[in-house]
Amino acid sequence: MTQTPEMHFIPRENYLNQGKTLVSWLFTHDHKRIALLYLISITFFFLIGSIAAVLMRIELTNPHGEFFTSTTYNKLFTLHGVIMVWFFLIPSIPNVLGNFLLPIMIGARDMAFPRLNLLSWYVFMFGGLFALASIILGGVDTGWTFYTPYSSTYSNGWVIAMAVGIFINGFSSIFTGLNFIVTVHKLRAPGMTWFRLPLFVWTLYSTSLIFVLATPVLAITLTLVALERGFGVGIFDPRIGGDPLLFQHLFWFYSHPAVYIMILPAMGVISELIAAFSRKPIFGYDFIVYASLGIAFLGFLVWGHHMFVSGQSIYAGMIFSLLSFFVAVPSAIKVFNWTATLYKGHISFEAPLLYALSFIALFTIGGMTGLMLASLAVDVHVTQTYFIVAHFHYIMVGGAVMAYLGGIHYWFPKISGRMYPENLARWAAVILFVGFNLAFFPQFILGYMGMPRRYHVYPEEFQFLNIVSTCGLPLLGLGYFLPLCYLGWSALFGRIAGPNPWDAPGLEWQIPSPPPSENFPCIPVVTRRPYDYGTNPDTHEPEETEEESHAR
Amino acid sequence: MNLPLLPYESSSYAASVDAIFLSLLLLCGAITLAVFVVIIFFCIRYRRGSSADRTHYPSHGEQVGIEFTWIIIPFVIFIGLFIWAGNVYYEMFSPPTDGLAIYVIGKQWMWKIEHPGGQREINQLHIPVNRNIVLTLTSQDVIHDFDVPAFRIKHDVLPGRYVRMWFKATQTGTYHLFCGQYCGDFHSRMAGSIIVMSDLDYAAWLQGSGTQSAPESLVAEGSRYFHSLGCSGCHEGSLVVHAPSLNGLYQQPVPLQSGQIVVANDDYLRDSILQPSKNVPAGYQPIMPSFQGLLSEEQIIALIAYIKSQRNDLPPNSRDQP
Repeated sequence: MTQTPEMHFIPRENYLNQGKTLVSWLFTHDHKRIALLYLISITFFFLIGSIAAVLMRIELTNPHGEFFTSTTYNKLFTLHGVIMVWFFLIPSIPNVLGNFLLPIMIGARDMAFPRLNLLSWYVFMFGGLFALASIILGGVDTGWTFYTPYSSTYSNGWVIAMAVGIFINGFSSIFTGLNFIVTVHKLRAPGMTWFRLPLFVWTLYSTSLIFVLATPVLAITLTLVALERGFGVGIFDPRIGGDPLLFQHLFWFYSHPAVYIMILPAMGVISELIAAFSRKPIFGYDFIVYASLGIAFLGFLVWGHHMFVSGQSIYAGMIFSLLSFFVAVPSAIKVFNWTATLYKGHISFEAPLLYALSFIALFTIGGMTGLMLASLAVDVHVTQTYFIVAHFHYIMVGGAVMAYLGGIHYWFPKISGRMYPENLARWAAVILFVGFNLAFFPQFILGYMGMPRRYHVYPEEFQFLNIVSTCGLPLLGLGYFLPLCYLGWSALFGRIAGPNPWDAPGLEWQIPSPPPSENFPCIPVVTRRPYDYGTNPDTHEPEETEEESHAR
Repeated sequence: MNLPLLPYESSSYAASVDAIFLSLLLLCGAITLAVFVVIIFFCIRYRRGSSADRTHYPSHGEQVGIEFTWIIIPFVIFIGLFIWAGNVYYEMFSPPTDGLAIYVIGKQWMWKIEHPGGQREINQLHIPVNRNIVLTLTSQDVIHDFDVPAFRIKHDVLPGRYVRMWFKATQTGTYHLFCGQYCGDFHSRMAGSIIVMSDLDYAAWLQGSGTQSAPESLVAEGSRYFHSLGCSGCHEGSLVVHAPSLNGLYQQPVPLQSGQIVVANDDYLRDSILQPSKNVPAGYQPIMPSFQGLLSEEQIIALIAYIKSQRNDLPPNSRDQP
């Protein structure tokens, strides 16, 4: 970035200093403050989930399962999965970055329902309390997938407490989704037409549709598990007249779309970052919009690809395989468009772009291995092995978490009003990338060699690659720990950023950093499409005329 | 062919699975590499401050053309992949009719195997090389998964119903058997081995495996239950009670009272023993008592084996005459 010579200052009145008491935070209706409440909460849950992961990786350095009992290990991977999926990944980008940015990006002063927004956080925390309680009381050993009849009849853990936690948490998702949908429909500033929305808003909108449509199915499913477990109502256990596969259909009908809940907002963040650091409009804006909506729709039709060897009809398997190939097309469109956006850009390599490039690389690998999993005969061999574990960590960590961190860095100046240390951040991004690949790439090979997941006692020929995988752990940990430290420090002592350190055209950069409580003193009128980085003298972007934009 | 880092290819379709996988690896690897190379090239050439030419940007029409190119090409490739992998999948899950039938019962946390000759083993499965093996599997409790990486096959094993798998081992040796579906505490210890033997060794194993010299065959065991549990009282030539004969029943279509026609496969026989009123054959009354909870999975398997063996005692059409 070109350093602007003028001195920046933190505005006298901003959302951070409007009330300094704890009560002013706990009863705020300000979407920006609620975003920070979420930020702190999910960072806490991320730490808990990470500790479980560290313990598991240490255990796996030894093929005989010498550090923990099987029960403890089973509880660790359940804890890791449940916390990371429902209490970190699903709320991460939507509830932190989405909450902070969605109203500002569309030129609104707050969400459509500010109180509902706060309630959503309380509901989230209330669900989290149940989850934490079930862990403290003794844990759950079902795996995050809660397959029946193990979870409903045979498991000895605190299944109902955990299920209640996730059930409650689901309402937080539904409230957020509802709020986002209404906000995008009703509160766009004058001139902010649908096709002038930043792509991040589009992906939040697509995600919200899934939140609202899929989450109730999870709530129903968990209720049924609790009914069978608590009252012996025969739904899933064949001994009392149930069908165990019914659970899997219901669970994946939610949980496959949930994967897109986690990755779609990440894709939105990446679109913002790639455009900002190549200083160009995104290539194929319309196609990316339709790809997001296409993913949200097709995501509902592919749940059976988790069940190719479950005993569902092989013809059903074939339909689900075909549809899974179809859902790969919009994801491919996005990768190609991001790549094309770099073409003839003015690329500068700040930390957010490094995270974005990491995302593209890791998401591509994750997506390609997804194609392998969609291929029926190959899936039979690698499903339920470490290949699956590696695949979804490439998407969820390599994808969603990379994008989350990239977004946190990119919007950090807006959130805090201060800059993070650029060189340190670049190093952290590189360390995270290397550590991630070291930790997870060996797991693809382990999986194809046949090592089943959820095994802490395993044949000795798998030990070497397991040790390699664990070696990635310290780097991965450092990659997370560094941002935690320097971002915390910079929030208080960093260089003052000014309103628009990236010289970006988005509405969020046209207001002071940190923004005032009401975001915009007067509601802006939007006259341009997004990503109008037309300030470089040597760019020749096809400028859209007024007539064209009216024609839309 | 055995490749480094890939597990042994020890079944008839292992090579087909590996062929798809390696082709995918090449294809996906090439595309991934191409994307990476292009990204790196753009990043270097169009870095801020470089003097690269940035004029002549694709027009709107050209952009749409580019978009459709990279939509249609992957789409066509995906359809091809789907058909190829789907074909092999169909083969993997279509058991041949001439296979050696072996029964497997999964329970927390062991595999119980029953051979047609009555040999039983736990966590070990001895099979002859180059013969089609058809497994019929069920679980006594939760969902397990019979997973043999060297054969490239796995299938969940469900309680309350039978699933069938088949394979033909092509190399003698000992291979891992895992439980592939999380099933509780000792899931990771629910492992065993598949021992593939030459025909000669297998014959010797069949002779001398058990402690007793000649184990009772599954059919003989089933026949014993068939008579001791009272099945024969009604189903064997009784004039008092109106019950269908079971001779030649297996794999025949059965018209039901509801008007449906079902095939009398393992699952049908199982259901008819445990829930007789579920599928009542046309022309009969639902008077048979349920054996739910009275029989172990082993006994049910033996009974089914016995019913399956009753093929040629009577001409098949005599069954239709009550």
